[in-house]
Amino acid sequence: MINLKEWINKGRLKSPWVVHFDCGSCNGCDIEILACLTPVHDVERFGIINVGNPKHADVLLVSGTVNHRNKIALKNIYDQMAEPKAVIAIGACGLSGGVFHDCYNVVGGVNKVIPVDVYVPGCPPRPEAIIDGVVVALEQIKIKLGLAEAPAVHAVHME
Amino acid sequence: MMILGKLLLGVIGLALATFIGGFISGLDRKITARMQSRFGPPLAQPFYDVLKLWGKAPMAVNAWLVLCAYLTLMASALSVFLFFAQSDLLLIFFVMTIGAVFQVMGALSVNSPFSHVGAQRELLQMFTYEPLIILVIIGIAMHTGSFSIASIYALDTPLLYSMPFLYVALGIAFTIKLRKSPFDISASHHGHQEIVRGVLTEYTGRQLAMLEVAHWLDVVLLLGLCSLFWSTSAIGLFLLLAVTYFAELFVDNVSARLTWGWMIKRALGPGVALAMVNLLWLYAIK
Repeated sequence: MINLKEWINKGRLKSPWVVHFDCGSCNGCDIEILACLTPVHDVERFGIINVGNPKHADVLLVSGTVNHRNKIALKNIYDQMAEPKAVIAIGACGLSGGVFHDCYNVVGGVNKVIPVDVYVPGCPPRPEAIIDGVVVALEQIKIKLGLAEAPAVHAVHME
Repeated sequence: MMILGKLLLGVIGLALATFIGGFISGLDRKITARMQSRFGPPLAQPFYDVLKLWGKAPMAVNAWLVLCAYLTLMASALSVFLFFAQSDLLLIFFVMTIGAVFQVMGALSVNSPFSHVGAQRELLQMFTYEPLIILVIIGIAMHTGSFSIASIYALDTPLLYSMPFLYVALGIAFTIKLRKSPFDISASHHGHQEIVRGVLTEYTGRQLAMLEVAHWLDVVLLLGLCSLFWSTSAIGLFLLLAVTYFAELFVDNVSARLTWGWMIKRALGPGVALAMVNLLWLYAIK
């Protein structure tokens, strides 16, 4: 059933359902994420749907700094997602902790708790950058599935 | 030979219904997007979704959930098969009900409160649409003198002329079964997040894919029931279905989600009243 596998891989690249977790963001990034769903950007044309349930999701969007309280919730949500899955860290805080990186309660970026596939920098990033982040995450999934070769240099986003 | 022909018709109908159901779902999402001045996903998007879900790693909470997903899909497929084999309307209705009941049983077999709330609301939705569909079937039997679909195709005037109010009642039942606003209270559609998709919360991966296909088949079955109201010409049948489905989409986009109490008061009450008026009329002209 090689054919069915090819079809499934096509489906994987054409319908990434995202779940959004706000890890203590200031809501700047969250508003930009929700802006992607509006008629101006309309991510549904790429098959992207914002679901409320990690069990149905393929891509986890995380915004905000990770602290010692919510790292448990973040890990829990990640574990509830079925493979294959990807994680996108959004905004300066999600990348490294941002301006809060040396606070006593802050663990740091999302990658301190769960593996991150794509980093979308900005404070906050524009909706176009977030959509591009999902597209790059799909490229990563392609590499994971063996459909594409890993590029020699990841010139995707500069931190 | 007759029976063999009918079985063949059922199998071909079922295979076609799966594809047509998927494309109707895609068209639904496309037209909904255009109504909201968005571009919308490609027409084949539901197929991509189902293929992707089929390829997800298994994460079922318990064995009941898996069994219930299989039984829901089988019941939906069997009811569509029976419809295209021109079987008995009552039998089709009971088989369809089995599918809906097993979906609720699966949702109740887990501990998630979202799943439980969704299951209770799904039962209330069934409580609302099932009497309406039964009354429509009774109306058809009063008019043609038989519960068989073949007897409807033997008519030379469309059923709609003698059962207009029952068609409206069927439309209400169709909206509830489609889970369109204002009745998307047990499990909302794509892009909405009412109680984390309620009755579907705990179904993941393959199970969710199977329920999605079962939903397509249910939509085709309900459209099939609507098509019986204009069985005399293909063009009339197509126009009736197109107008009905467009009306469903329009109602979905102009109305808000309402509560189950409102649904029982404002959908079941008037629906049964309309159906009763039509049944009395059928009785009077006999």
